[in-house]
Amino acid sequence: MKHLLQYLKKYIPWILLVFVLIGAQGFATLSLPDYTSKIINDGIAKNNMQAIWSNGLKMLAITVLAGIFAVGVGYLASKIAGGYAKKIREEVFKKVENFSLSEFNTFSSSSLITRATNDIQQIQNIFSILLRLVLIAPIMGIGAIVKAYKLAPSMSWIIIVAISILLVLIIAIFFIAVPKFKVIQKLVDKIGLQIKEMISGVRVIRAYNKDELIQNKFDEINKQSTKLNLFVTRFMGILAPVMTLIMGLTSVGIVWFGSHLIDQNLLEVGDILALIQYITQAIMAFLMFSVIFILIPRAAVSIKRVEEVLTVEPSIKDPQNPKHFSNNMSGSIEFKNVSFRYEDSEQTVLANVSFIANPGKVTAIIGGTGSGKTTLLNLIPRLYDVSSGAVLIDGIDVRDIEQKELRDAIAYVPQKAQLFFGTIKDNMLYARENATDAEIYKALDIAQATEFVNLLPKKLDDDVSQGGSNLSGGQKQRLTIARAILKRSKIYLFDDCFSALDFKTDALVRNALNKELSDATILIVGQRISTIMGADNIIVLDNGRIAGQGKHEYLLKTCSVYQEIVASQLSEKEINNTTK
Amino acid sequence: MANENKQGLGGGRRRGRMSTEKPKDFKNTSKKLLNYLKPYKTIFIFSIILATLSTVFSILNPKILGEMTDTIVKGIESNKGIDFQALGKTALILLSLYIASAIFNYIELWLMSSASQQITYNLRKDIASKISRLPLKYFDSSQRGDVVSRVTNDVETISQNLNQSLVQLLESIIKVIGILIIMLTTSWQLSLIAILILPISFLFVRVIMKKSQKNFEIHQQALGDMDGHIEEMFSNHLIVKSFNGENKSTRKFNSINENLYESNWKSQFLAGLMMPIMSVANNLGYVGVVLVGGRMAISGKITIGDIQAFIQYMSHFTQPITQVANITNILQSTVAAAERIFEFLAEEEEKPEIDVIPAPEHVNGEVVFNHVYFSYNNEEAIIKDFTAYIEPKCNVAIVGPTGAGKTTIVNLLMRFYDIDKGSISIDGIDIDKMSKKDVRQMFGMVLQDTWLFSGTVAENIAFGRPSATREEIIKVAQESYADHFIRTLPNGYNTIIEDSIDNISAGEKQLLTIARALLADPPMLILDEATSSVDTRTEIAIQAAMDKLTDNNKTSFVIAHRLSTIKNADLILVVKDGNIVEQGKHEELLAKNGFYASIYNSQFAE
Repeated sequence: MKHLLQYLKKYIPWILLVFVLIGAQGFATLSLPDYTSKIINDGIAKNNMQAIWSNGLKMLAITVLAGIFAVGVGYLASKIAGGYAKKIREEVFKKVENFSLSEFNTFSSSSLITRATNDIQQIQNIFSILLRLVLIAPIMGIGAIVKAYKLAPSMSWIIIVAISILLVLIIAIFFIAVPKFKVIQKLVDKIGLQIKEMISGVRVIRAYNKDELIQNKFDEINKQSTKLNLFVTRFMGILAPVMTLIMGLTSVGIVWFGSHLIDQNLLEVGDILALIQYITQAIMAFLMFSVIFILIPRAAVSIKRVEEVLTVEPSIKDPQNPKHFSNNMSGSIEFKNVSFRYEDSEQTVLANVSFIANPGKVTAIIGGTGSGKTTLLNLIPRLYDVSSGAVLIDGIDVRDIEQKELRDAIAYVPQKAQLFFGTIKDNMLYARENATDAEIYKALDIAQATEFVNLLPKKLDDDVSQGGSNLSGGQKQRLTIARAILKRSKIYLFDDCFSALDFKTDALVRNALNKELSDATILIVGQRISTIMGADNIIVLDNGRIAGQGKHEYLLKTCSVYQEIVASQLSEKEINNTTK
Repeated sequence: MANENKQGLGGGRRRGRMSTEKPKDFKNTSKKLLNYLKPYKTIFIFSIILATLSTVFSILNPKILGEMTDTIVKGIESNKGIDFQALGKTALILLSLYIASAIFNYIELWLMSSASQQITYNLRKDIASKISRLPLKYFDSSQRGDVVSRVTNDVETISQNLNQSLVQLLESIIKVIGILIIMLTTSWQLSLIAILILPISFLFVRVIMKKSQKNFEIHQQALGDMDGHIEEMFSNHLIVKSFNGENKSTRKFNSINENLYESNWKSQFLAGLMMPIMSVANNLGYVGVVLVGGRMAISGKITIGDIQAFIQYMSHFTQPITQVANITNILQSTVAAAERIFEFLAEEEEKPEIDVIPAPEHVNGEVVFNHVYFSYNNEEAIIKDFTAYIEPKCNVAIVGPTGAGKTTIVNLLMRFYDIDKGSISIDGIDIDKMSKKDVRQMFGMVLQDTWLFSGTVAENIAFGRPSATREEIIKVAQESYADHFIRTLPNGYNTIIEDSIDNISAGEKQLLTIARALLADPPMLILDEATSSVDTRTEIAIQAAMDKLTDNNKTSFVIAHRLSTIKNADLILVVKDGNIVEQGKHEELLAKNGFYASIYNSQFAE
């Protein structure tokens, strides 16, 4: 709660003003039944037109006043809740943008998205409702009961009985129906999931002739959901008729018991009408109050989720006294006895990794899943920090350089080809805002992407849909490669980003890269032997340790892990061909 | 400001948050919807009768309560004391009316809920079974999955509207009419005041509604922009970081956030205006009634009880009217939802199969492509005049660059699509003449898109033969090298595979699909070799498992990536742009020096 309360501070005077207005509104509304009773008792019953007029006009004035207060409350509450949400959103977004990968991955991106959108929206909605209700409900509820008690103390029991019945009903709903809502939501999700599964698996289901099985499975969930829904609707359905019934019965009770009081001259006729209105107000206030109790747990969940994001301290920070790259930096990379493990994890991902990647050379990294290849690359632009040892660029520890300057010097192509919503050109310009079309085409040429871009109706101005779903995996990879090339850095990191390319394109891209980026330091992570075997230095990773490094021919002779990988991909004869 | 986000980066997609949608063909869709409701006609009629009774009772109540007050007043005025017997009698009538109204109301709800839930169930069932009758062609365009999931949500909309809104609507209409009648018969002068208040409050509501509608749309837009931007920036966090894009994205975020704030508080404020304005208007009418009523009561034209009843009626009057005013929205959203559902249900289905020739009892696995022509959309043929003879037990490798349409051959063999011209026959029987079920029964399929359903590991392996025993399942798992990793899972063979499961890698999933095919033990096979997304060791296991599958004296079609597979194949089909451009053995094709040779040589070209 610490952060969220802190952002609220600035609104405290305004919130107090809202409360004052709500109080005024409450008292105005509570006074209305008094005038009704006065009009009947002093006016109609006594044939006094004057009393009717004066009380009627007072009522009108109070109504208008209460209306104005209510509008004021509405205005302030929306502005406060809206502004508060804006502030939270801003802080959450800023926070997440500064997350390093390790913080980011503890949440997962989809969870962060919900926290930044739905959860904050939820907080805002509930906050704005609470602002309006939290004070008016008790004022109206207690006020109405007190007023009714003053008018006819002997009838208070009616109110107490009515409210107790409602209380029981609401508690029952809270404990019986609310948990079922969660189950229903789960079933609805399951139904959606099942439908999705039927579509994504359409080939397999048909290939195995298992339509019936899947249909039966769906039917089961469908039946379950129908049954549960029926129960909940019927259970919740009790509320409305019972509410009306309670209201009705209390009115009858008031008239009946009131008539006896009138008979004993303890009450006047107009008071009965006032009493009925008080009770209606009290019950309404009570319902509002129960809404608060339903809303607060919901808000609490969202608040907790947002607060979790806000309390995270980014683990990667800029140095106090940053060093700088010289203007003619070479781009050499050195890993000095680097070890890495994730926080809260026992297992080391990288252990004592040392190597040097020189400018003008291609350094390749190969190894099985989980051998630490991607992590190794991530350490260079400080997406993670080493646990021990050091990563040096041009002899400077990357932790001594400001993150911005460091990342400006590195062009990184991640494993997953990610593009933004926008045109192809927009995506290219993300690397360098002032690049010309000619420069873009040059980069596309190197990445072997020009051909397919030119086949698009609007070429560079063609749209990339969200997540790049209108492009094939290979096309996306080539665009991300082109984007990195356009950045014109001294260091290029390619993380298995040739995997969706066929052998031929893969070879063409790599040839072009070697030619065009001849003075850069290139690191390539790959799974395919053919992708990496031409590298100047191949680093074989096995469970986070370097199992061997050197050229293809050398490793073939000396490194058993490498031999195993090669044997799994190439035949004997092919292997011999590669060493010729 | 909204347009700005359409250009440039990270505008994000618009979400489906829209104001009420309008159906394209209201009349026809309503008719179809009514057809769906037909089986529940009696329930509906009965519910309507109950709702009517319940409502009529409830609107009689204030009038009777007023009579009670009058009895009291009469008692006081006449100085004879209150006639408690008469009062008690009226009170009893009133009590029974209240109780009856509540009971009827609840029975009505009980009935309606069963009808609406049943309809929801039926709609869902129809949608699900429709999926199995659609041709595969339907699913090949990627947005179709979205369509279906949207349709599933539409069912929810219909169910909710049927359950609550429609009956409420009916009650509201009865209420408005009933109250109007009672008010008019009590006093036309007071009714006039009550009715006059309506246009005034409606005017206010309209003005606000109009403003808020416009604002609502702006707000939805801003919300969509915000969600889109956040979603895009967060899911591309790695790119944002490595290209130093934080400032750019924060700048954009701030401008969207400002828009969102503005439209947000405005729309909330406008929505919140409705209540106080309505209550001022209501009270205005209230004061009017009391003033005029008071004057009339003094002259004895009406009673205090009447005034009391009037006041109660007026407070019950505006709510149903706003509901009736909402009728178009509710109907429209219901019909629009129904329209999408019916559109989906009306999609063209696969033709029913008649006069099918039974499949051969024992399949040898001789496959003949005879002058096959095929196109996906009846446009340009992508397979032109393809002829090939595949001997029984032959290993066929399908080779070609990414995206060349290697799966087309799979689609045709499995009869996911039908060919335009020519014929494909198995053991001399044209597959077009056999039932699809029989054709598919002959093949085992292991694709790279490793579809597993949400169920246990064992259930997934036994997908092709649910009757398989646990021993058989374990045996094929062992044969396909899946047993080892399955045993490392938290619940072994009983581990539930779900969408979110992350302890099974892509390669391991493929091992499961191999086990699945192995258990089904079909006479012919279609395989898709693993590519580089699988780590080396799993790849070795997959390869060994696939070899086991194909060694088994079966005709097999392999979408090949490994050169060893290709070179050992009895026949290589070389695919380019969907068409089979070359066929033959490895050496023959190399000698030809065509497309195949160029692919092959490029792999080792530096």
